[in-house]
Amino acid sequence: MKINSRYIPLNIENVDTDQIIPARFLKATSRDGFGKNLFRDWRYHNDDEGQPKTDFVLNNPAYQGKILVAAKNFGCGSSREHAAWALKDYGFDAVVSSFFADIFKNNALNNFLLPVQVSDEFLEGLWAAIDQNPDAEIAIDVEQQTITNVTSGEIAHFDINAYKKNCLINGYDDIDFLLSIRTDIEAYEAAHV
Amino acid sequence: MQKNSLTLDVFCLKSKKMTLFDKIWNKHVVHAIEGGPSVFYIDRHFIHEVTSPQAFDGLRKRGIPVARPDKTVATADHNVPTVDQHLPIRETLSRMQVEKLTENCAAFGVELYGLGHPFQGIVHVIGPELGITQPGMTIVCGDSHTSTHGAFGTIAFGIGTSEVEMVLATQCLLQSKPKQMRINVDGVLQPGVTSKDIILYIISKISASGATGYFVEYAGSAIRNLSMEARMTICNMSIEMGARGGLIAPDETTFNYLKGRKFAPQGTDWDAKVAEWRTLVTDTDAQFDQELHLVAEDIQPMVTYGTNPGMGIPVTGLIPEESSLEEKERLSFRKSLEYMGLQQGAAIKGQKIDYVFIGSCTNSRIEDLRQVAAFVQGKQKANDVEVWIVPGSKQVEEQAKAEGLRTIFEQAGFQLRQPGCSACLGMNEDKIPAGKYCISTSNRNFEGRQGQGARTLLASPLTAAAAAVTGVVTDIRDF
Repeated sequence: MKINSRYIPLNIENVDTDQIIPARFLKATSRDGFGKNLFRDWRYHNDDEGQPKTDFVLNNPAYQGKILVAAKNFGCGSSREHAAWALKDYGFDAVVSSFFADIFKNNALNNFLLPVQVSDEFLEGLWAAIDQNPDAEIAIDVEQQTITNVTSGEIAHFDINAYKKNCLINGYDDIDFLLSIRTDIEAYEAAHV
Repeated sequence: MQKNSLTLDVFCLKSKKMTLFDKIWNKHVVHAIEGGPSVFYIDRHFIHEVTSPQAFDGLRKRGIPVARPDKTVATADHNVPTVDQHLPIRETLSRMQVEKLTENCAAFGVELYGLGHPFQGIVHVIGPELGITQPGMTIVCGDSHTSTHGAFGTIAFGIGTSEVEMVLATQCLLQSKPKQMRINVDGVLQPGVTSKDIILYIISKISASGATGYFVEYAGSAIRNLSMEARMTICNMSIEMGARGGLIAPDETTFNYLKGRKFAPQGTDWDAKVAEWRTLVTDTDAQFDQELHLVAEDIQPMVTYGTNPGMGIPVTGLIPEESSLEEKERLSFRKSLEYMGLQQGAAIKGQKIDYVFIGSCTNSRIEDLRQVAAFVQGKQKANDVEVWIVPGSKQVEEQAKAEGLRTIFEQAGFQLRQPGCSACLGMNEDKIPAGKYCISTSNRNFEGRQGQGARTLLASPLTAAAAAVTGVVTDIRDF
C-alpha cells in the first residue's frame, strides 16, 4: 500500500476537531457528505460558499493532493469521528503531523485515513520544500512504514501497530475480528461479570 | 536458563507495584493481540444522539443485536433545546437526530432517558448522579468528556463512532495500554479558588497537548479534600491536555456520594462492593512514566484568553507577549489573539463580557449552582450582560428549584434554563453571536465552539458569576 501525492500545508498547531468539522454539521445520521463542510469556517466568510477566504490553504489552487500536512497536536478536542469522515470524504488519504491527538488517531485508522507522525525536523523539511515549490510531493509506503520527502530525498520511519497495519492493508474491520472471538468474550463475562 | 527466567517473571509479577490504572486495566483485558492492542471489556456504555446513529446503522447492516443492552444507557443532551422542552424540537435536523435515538433505543432494547424523562440530562452528569458510575469500572461514550467518570476511580474515556459500534456489537474495544502520569496537587486552596481553577492551572502549565498518550491519576491532599462534584470537574478536562482520561482513587468521599443512589449497590452488596473498592489505590512505590508536583497555594482564579484551553492565566495576570514564545508557536498565537480580539501583554481583568454561560458537563452540577447562588444572592447582573444557567440534568434542575436557587437567580436577572449541553458547543439554539465575549464554565474555547465567531473565556462558576455582576472579567476575591 503506497500513497504518493502532492500535499497541502496547514502550518497551524492544535487544529481541533471543531475546526475540522464544526458542531453544527454533526446533525447528519449517515457517514456521507461531510467533505464539503471540512474546515468550513476557515474556508468561507459568513458560512457562504460564494465567499471563500482566499488566504486559506484549501482555497489556494496552487496546492493540491491527497495528503494534508499539519503542525503539532492535530485533531485535538472532541471525539467526533465526523472529523475523520470529513477529511476522507474531501479526498485525503493521509495526514502528516509531528503529533496527533489519541482519539483522532484511532478514528482516522478506523476509516482508512492514515495518520503519519514525523519528527519536528522532518516536518520542517516538508514546510521548506513546499515553500520553494507548491508541487512538492510526499511518498508513503505503509508496508515499509516509511515516509519520503520527495524533494529532499529525506526518508523517515513511522510507527503503526502491526494489527492496525494488517487491517489497513487488507481492509479488515475491528468488529469482524471482535465477533470472531465472541467465545473468548463470553468466557470472560462468565468469569468476571 | 529457561526455568530461571520463568521464576523471575513470576517473582516480578508478584512483587510488581501497580497503579490504580493498572489494577483496573488488568482486570478488563479479555485477550491480548501479539504486536497489537488488547481486547478490552467495557462495563458501562453511555450513548447520545450525535455520535450513535451511524453505529446503530452499522449493526443493522451486519444484522446483529446490541450485545449487552443491560450495560448500555442512552440520553438526549447535545442538541436539545433548553427552553420549552415539552414542545417538539423546532430545529428539524436536531429533532430528527433525537427521534432517531428514540427509534434506535426502542429497536435495540436500550434504556433511554430522553427529553421529558426525570433522569434526562448531560450524559456525564446523569451517570454519576444515578449511581451508574461506580469505582473500578471501565466506561466509554462517544464523547471526549467521558473522562469525567474517572473521578470515581474508573477507566473512562471518549471514543469515536466506529468504536461505539464495536462496543454495541461486542461490549469490547481494541485498546493499546497508554502511558501513565501522576499529577500531585498538595496544600490548601486559597479562598475563591475552585477545582476548575486547579485544572485550568494544570493545563496552562503542561499545554493542550502535554498529556497526549497518557492516562492521568490526580493525587495529593488538595485533590483528596475536594468533593465528588469538584473532582468530576478536574477529570472532565483531562482531555483538554490531550490525556485520554484522568482518574482519582475512590475514598470515603466517593462512597458517601454513591451510597443510596438509584443504581448503586444496596444492602449487603453495598458492603461487599465498598470492601472491593477500598483496594483501588495506587501501590506505594508504583512507577509512573511521568510525575508532576504542584502546590495548591500557587493557584489563583484562572481565565483563558486564547483559543485552546492551555491558554490560561491568573485573573490578575497579563496575556503573554509574543516575544516570550518559541518562533514556531508565534503564528498560531497571533491567529488566536486576532480571533479573540485581544492584545498581547494586556491585562485580562476588566475585559468586557457580553454573555455568561454557567453549564456543561464541566460545571453544571448542584454544587456549582449553589456556589453561584450564594454569591449572587442580593446582587444584580450588569445591564448589558445576558446570563444563562443551564443545569446538567433534570434532577439538578428540580433540586435547584426546590432549594430556592431559581428564585435567587431570577432576582439577579439570571435565566435558569432546562438541561442539556447548550452553549458549550452550540448545537442547539443557544449560540453566542459572532464577535461577542462569553465567559463560560464549559471546557473548550476553540474558535467557533460556542457559535461562529464567538469568543470564549473559560473560567470557574464563581469567576463567571462575578463577571455577570460587573460586566467585565473580575477577580472574585475583590468582593
